[in-house]
Amino acid sequence: MTTVDEERPAPPELAPARRVRPTPATALYDAFGPRGRRRVLVATVVSVAVLAGFAVFVLYRLDRYGHLQRARWSYVLSPEILRYLGEGMLNNLKASVIAGALALVLGLVLALGRLSGTRAIRVPAVAWIEFFRGFPLVLLILFPYLLFPVYLRAVDPLWYVVIGLTLYNSAVIAEVYRAGILSLDRGQQEAAYAVGLRHGQAMRLVILPQAIRRMVPLLLTQLIILFKDSTLGVAVTYPDALRRGETMGSFEPRVVFQAIIVTAVMFFLVGLVASRLVGVLERHWSRG
Amino acid sequence: MNGVDFLADSLPVFWAGFRITVLLALASYAGALILGAVLAVLRISPAAPARAAGLAYVEWFRNVPLLVHLFVAILCLPKLGVRIGPFTAAFLVLAMYTAAQVCEALRSGVNAVPRGQAEAGRALGLTFGQNLRHVILPQAARTVVPPLGSVFIALVKNTAVASLIGVVDLTYQFGELARDEPGQVMTLLVAVAFGYLVMTIPAGYAVARLQRRAAVAR
Repeated sequence: MTTVDEERPAPPELAPARRVRPTPATALYDAFGPRGRRRVLVATVVSVAVLAGFAVFVLYRLDRYGHLQRARWSYVLSPEILRYLGEGMLNNLKASVIAGALALVLGLVLALGRLSGTRAIRVPAVAWIEFFRGFPLVLLILFPYLLFPVYLRAVDPLWYVVIGLTLYNSAVIAEVYRAGILSLDRGQQEAAYAVGLRHGQAMRLVILPQAIRRMVPLLLTQLIILFKDSTLGVAVTYPDALRRGETMGSFEPRVVFQAIIVTAVMFFLVGLVASRLVGVLERHWSRG
Repeated sequence: MNGVDFLADSLPVFWAGFRITVLLALASYAGALILGAVLAVLRISPAAPARAAGLAYVEWFRNVPLLVHLFVAILCLPKLGVRIGPFTAAFLVLAMYTAAQVCEALRSGVNAVPRGQAEAGRALGLTFGQNLRHVILPQAARTVVPPLGSVFIALVKNTAVASLIGVVDLTYQFGELARDEPGQVMTLLVAVAFGYLVMTIPAGYAVARLQRRAAVAR
């Protein structure tokens, strides 16, 4: 009997071919029969045709208005201009790093405040979080920009961007931490109390180390959003990449189109690489 | 002039801005729901090029900041002979930008329905359409309510970005009034805060209510 079993081919679920990542919606349809395959083929041909038609239309339009001219692109893609835009991107990064660090710390304080047993701490923390989360970020950047010159003194636009980003993200990140803390099994906290730890000790030694590890991918995702939002510094004349792209267009009107597109592609590449890295990290950790 | 008088004087201006903000948010949301559903269909389609196109769209709109899209619409489109005003540009961009989020919410809702449900439907002999209509979508709808609600709230806040390309919304009016009367910035701040929170907080409650109802019915 055993020999027969050994000779039988492995069941299809275990065959290596099945380990290929399934298409996004495998639950919706079975393997296709001949008619289904024909329909998929038709859909494939139609979608290729539509996409190709769209691409041709866009290229025709670009060419008609002279945007495919080599000189225009080589001007925008010259080393000096790319450095100029790249430095703008570094300004985005600078504002994001400062605001991100501040928001991570402030967010933790707020999350702990919201989970505190003391009413006098909990209420202000909840108010802060709900208030700043419900606000458009542009306004939070405009407020210091408008208030500082009147009540204090004008400072470098960088700080208006940092203040706005920090206020908004402290509230968002506080909620990320809180979700992480609440997602832990209650038994963790109960066990910590049972061995005689106080609330603060239990948080510091038992809850937070686990919660934060669990929350790292979400925190990183929020930091990427923060980076993208740093383009709102345009509202307060902060010289970020987008503003520089726009400025370049205004002193060389023939390349406005190219300047904005190159800027957009730069943001796209940075965002795509960053979010892919977070995805890789997430899978790596969830496996480990 | 004291704060209350100033506020009374600027109320019509705020009201005009508020209406634009509401209009922009509702119109873009409607557009985003339709476009997002189409994109979700593309992304779960069995045809590989359609899936790739859906993915490319979603990645482009998720990774490029909203303001950059607005600049593309307002600065690049005229260079292609397409002339649109700030409001139309903001409406189109917000709808397209939000559609990427709607698409992902719908897609994860459909994917959250246990595989066995679709398989059971097929085993009963339901066609693809029947299966979708009677088995998959009713269950997916419940998972999809909370994310679609938060997408709307995010959209309301995102409309403020449109003020930077010249849409005369609540934020724009706030900026104008603040420039005219720098001394009244604090009063204006309270007013504009009220203007946005009056939209986002009830929306949050409505989402929570819908979510509870959907959860009970399961």
